[in-house]
Amino acid sequence: MSEALLDIQGLRVEFGDTAAVRGASFTVARGETHCIVGESGCGKSVSALAVMGLLARGARRSADCLTFAGKDLLARNEQQMSLLRGDRMAMIFQEPMTSLNPAYTVGSQMAEVFTRHRGGSRHAALDRAAALLGRVGITAPGMRLGQFPHQLSGGLRQRVMIAMALMCDPELLIADEPTTALDVTVQVQILRLLAELQRDLGLAILLITHDLGIVARIADRVSVMYAGEVVESAPTATLFADPSHPYTRGLLDCVPVPGKVKPGDALGSIPGTVPRIRPSFAGCGFRDRCTHAAPVCAGTVPRQHAGNAHEFLCRLPPGWAATGQAA
Amino acid sequence: MLRFALRRLTVALLVALTVMVLSFMLTRVSGDLAISIAGASATQQDVEIIRHAYGLDRPLAMQFIDWIGRAAVGDFGESFFFKARTADLIMDRMPITLTLGLVGLGIALLVSIPLGVLAAVRENTWVDRLVQLVAMIGQAMPSFWLGLILMITLGLQLGWLPISGTGSWEHYVMPGIVLSFSAIPALTRLTRSGMIQALGSDYIRTARAKGLSRLSILGKHALRNAAIPVVSIAAVQLGFMLGGSIVIETVFALHGVGFLAWESISKNDFPVVQAVVLVLALIYIGLTMAADLLNALLDPRLRAS
Repeated sequence: MSEALLDIQGLRVEFGDTAAVRGASFTVARGETHCIVGESGCGKSVSALAVMGLLARGARRSADCLTFAGKDLLARNEQQMSLLRGDRMAMIFQEPMTSLNPAYTVGSQMAEVFTRHRGGSRHAALDRAAALLGRVGITAPGMRLGQFPHQLSGGLRQRVMIAMALMCDPELLIADEPTTALDVTVQVQILRLLAELQRDLGLAILLITHDLGIVARIADRVSVMYAGEVVESAPTATLFADPSHPYTRGLLDCVPVPGKVKPGDALGSIPGTVPRIRPSFAGCGFRDRCTHAAPVCAGTVPRQHAGNAHEFLCRLPPGWAATGQAA
Repeated sequence: MLRFALRRLTVALLVALTVMVLSFMLTRVSGDLAISIAGASATQQDVEIIRHAYGLDRPLAMQFIDWIGRAAVGDFGESFFFKARTADLIMDRMPITLTLGLVGLGIALLVSIPLGVLAAVRENTWVDRLVQLVAMIGQAMPSFWLGLILMITLGLQLGWLPISGTGSWEHYVMPGIVLSFSAIPALTRLTRSGMIQALGSDYIRTARAKGLSRLSILGKHALRNAAIPVVSIAAVQLGFMLGGSIVIETVFALHGVGFLAWESISKNDFPVVQAVVLVLALIYIGLTMAADLLNALLDPRLRAS
């Protein structure tokens, strides 16, 4: 892997008396697909919005380090952030049905990103928009440019969102659950498209999902988030072969694997829900739901290395699952 | 878009027909017209002669069809009181009322849209509360009282504006301000709530993610969607202003249609009353239709449905 394009260390986001993200750290290298997984409310989307500078008013963001392509994002004001957004970093969302403005045509919404960041004529921007609509697999792009969002299906709208995100050739595409709202067949098409674009354009993708099937299909690297922290981070194959955090193991046990699970077998589940974490909270956020919890889990949890760029946040030693050392 | 316009036009014509029937019937049930034309000192015989002379002894349906037929070519008959053609009376006074209404609506929009946007952008801050307070005070203020206060301050004490009459554009400023106060509260609140809803929407998040300027996000993306209900209500408000400017026309001695309506109602001058009601209703229907068409231009989803 080459240098980090996006480097996040110790990111914290608080809303009122709730800590949505508390000390999350991960990096995205140029040209890689990095997946963030975790259940609802674990801080995945908030982390992504914090990177983009799109948090709701009232949110407090802080970090030890938040750099994109060598630029310190923490030092940038809203105006300076807006010059990066849509140009060098782009984002697509979970809700393709409502993410486009109903009052403007597809072409107008795509063209304005280009004229905002690159200038030039509207005509040139529309040409580029048509080319990109073709690139994301939309037929008759010229006709689509003149259509309004309500005339397109959900899958088409998400393709338009992707094409719009690519208007200025960004280095990083953040995709927040881009397929969750779509039919399964359309999901597969969109994922295939993202993987293809990533390969052809050398795009780095930060993909947020709760679907481990998507992770296995597309990710180079995975970070598992829980209660506002990255509890485990590893190359995809390593994570699936050697999950080292009890939460990651629990997540993988929830997925039925054909051949391993027989009809009638009980699927794994993790009891309880993600707790609401106050800013003063210390220790492991998972300890109330963990079968391996011990008194030391309320203290500072060590970040451990299990080799091959594999890190996890737990008191248990690397390889505990394989050797049966867990107490 | 054409089909949408045609369908709206059909609905508008049906509404106009209903209004015609209603205004015709209401003037007939409000009293015996022959008696009121003849006056208090008339004998029974005089009343009968007048009843026959004005065709009031014919069946109602005949009178209605006759009236519609002549109204369609702009003939609303003679005024009983002014001894002039009703159409001329209305045409003379309509420019005054139209000017007043448009000035009032213009001032209302110029004030309430920026205020509403400002309140939405600063939602739940003191700015927002101040705007809402001002809107509430505006709603609570009686228009004749505001008119008199303005006359005393701007007209008499400062001498900036003329206090009555219709001689120049300056004569319309004060009544326009007073008239605008009836529309400002509703339009401000509507702009504010529309903008708050728009600013919280997914497409505004997308616009921000695209790095668009604040001006583009607020003006192009949010306000365009927030303006849709504002346009509808503004059209209705203009209708109210045209039909309901009686008090202001009286205070500022503007002899517009509102004043004419009041005069003719008090004198039971039914051809004028009928004609004024009909003309105002047709304007109102036209405004509503114009608002629908404007909305269809603003919101492409409406054109398809």
